[in-house]
Amino acid sequence: MSDNIPNTPTSKQYPYDSVGLVEPQAIEFNEPLALACGRTLDQYTLMIETYGELNADKSNAILICHALSGHHHLAGYHEGDTKPGWWDSAIGPGKPIDTNKFFVVGLNNLGGCHGSSGPNQADPLTGKPYGPDFPLMTVKDWVTSQARLADHLGIWQWAAIIGGSLGGMQALQWSITYPDRLRHCMVIAAAAKLSAQNIAFNEVARQAISKDPHFYNGRYYDYDAVPKTGLMLARMVGHITYLSDDGMREKFGREMSAGKLMFDFNPQFEVESYLQYQGERFSTSFDANTYLLMTKALDYFDPASEFNHDLSLALKHVTAKFMLIAFTTDWRFAPERSREILDALMDAGKDVSYTEIDSPQGHDAFLIPIPRYMEIFHAYMGRIATDIPALAQENTHAR
Amino acid sequence: MRADQTIIREWIKPSTRVLDLGCGDGKFLRHLIDHKQVRGYGLENNHDNITACVLNHVNVIEKDIDQGLASIKDNSFDSVIMTQALQVMHRPDLIVDEMLRIGKECIVTFPNFGHWRARGYLGFRGQMPVSKFLAYSWYDTPNIHFCTFKDFEQLCVQKNIRILNRTVVDNEHQHRWWTKLWPNMLGEIAIYRITR
Repeated sequence: MSDNIPNTPTSKQYPYDSVGLVEPQAIEFNEPLALACGRTLDQYTLMIETYGELNADKSNAILICHALSGHHHLAGYHEGDTKPGWWDSAIGPGKPIDTNKFFVVGLNNLGGCHGSSGPNQADPLTGKPYGPDFPLMTVKDWVTSQARLADHLGIWQWAAIIGGSLGGMQALQWSITYPDRLRHCMVIAAAAKLSAQNIAFNEVARQAISKDPHFYNGRYYDYDAVPKTGLMLARMVGHITYLSDDGMREKFGREMSAGKLMFDFNPQFEVESYLQYQGERFSTSFDANTYLLMTKALDYFDPASEFNHDLSLALKHVTAKFMLIAFTTDWRFAPERSREILDALMDAGKDVSYTEIDSPQGHDAFLIPIPRYMEIFHAYMGRIATDIPALAQENTHAR
Repeated sequence: MRADQTIIREWIKPSTRVLDLGCGDGKFLRHLIDHKQVRGYGLENNHDNITACVLNHVNVIEKDIDQGLASIKDNSFDSVIMTQALQVMHRPDLIVDEMLRIGKECIVTFPNFGHWRARGYLGFRGQMPVSKFLAYSWYDTPNIHFCTFKDFEQLCVQKNIRILNRTVVDNEHQHRWWTKLWPNMLGEIAIYRITR
């Protein structure tokens, strides 16, 4: 099952704590999936990647849920790549999510643009890309599809489900929808629902995309066009919300590339060039329809709404143990937002730990291997490992 | 385990909900979980202690207790414990109020500043007491609100707090017969179980 090929000669060029050369796999599902929007996906594909070995009783599996622009490629390198997967800092032998102990599963969510069924993939009925006809997904829909993936892999109960940002929301939803299918739930830099300000930023991003003349109501594939400017603007505004004021001051200050005022409208402050570069790069690698869909899934997420807007009531049947982590300068999902989840869990009498990591990096910090973040991550993963039934037996003997 | 904790342990009923304010490395809470089957949380703001709690498989919540406990509902715990931390609080009186709001019973331990050694330091030397137990100088001590046995009892009277148990232990955290005779002079650490 593992894509980890530690002993091939090519792996020698990879760092010792990397999972090395990895390969994604596409899994086809033919059982219709009923969605929150009322529509049904009759068949769909999920792109996944796995690392480490699934143990005999399939109790050491960890699901990693991705955020807005993430995908299945969490760690290691694809053939020919120089950059590893998006969470390589946390996943690998000896790293917090230790692939010597855990079987780690990453997937590209439905509606994504990295190989799973989504707007940029062909609709099996027409043979043409779904485009704007791909149904809007909710976090709960994703969780249902992820449960189907777990069934396919023969995993009844995850040792843990872990996610940051929108990924954390999926982990939280799992604990509510399938309380007995996970032992631990790690929710990092997330929130139980978006604020009006969060939704406002998402709307700016969506407007930027949909007003791009190359958007063609989402049918830009038919015109061989890409709404590049819109996608770039969306990413730029998003990126500002991922950084903190302090972090930007530290990183860019008022540095100017020419060293003096040029009295024209070209980018001259470092921060302008940086945002343009980030936006540009993103606009060539991400799908505009997926961006729209992901931001809507964020906006719609509100698990308490099904429980009279009482989050602790929503969490009443939760059995997973929680670890919540927030970052001090994150203003997209500030520590207060994590504390709302914390308060609801405490109110419901659930097992929960919470910590705040001091960092200047804003929301982005959840992807950065900050020493104290990695330390607490390591410590909690140790707890997850001792709760693996097969390992727990060894540990009671050792105690 | 510290002797004040040995005493407190006896006051905790099995299978109850416990909140430990300033829970340190979480070992005491771990002990209560293992031996009394309590369900509990520790509040802590020291990062090394938070990691230690996680390693001890204890629910730990990063929190500066001085900022209040407003997010915790009334009567949500059977016991709220605070050992050796009252004197570092900015407003010990408000914290005691908060503890009694969220807990049915509270257990508080603090160093008794009325102990003869402290009195001797100030009375004879004319200096702020420094001892093995109070190992700070006046300018760097985290202990900003010292009180005596008597002071605390006075606060309880003012606030209509009922004292369910009181005991004192000495430097070695041992009960001695003489500490019971004259607790405010001879008791080094005060241990109170209080309720409204």
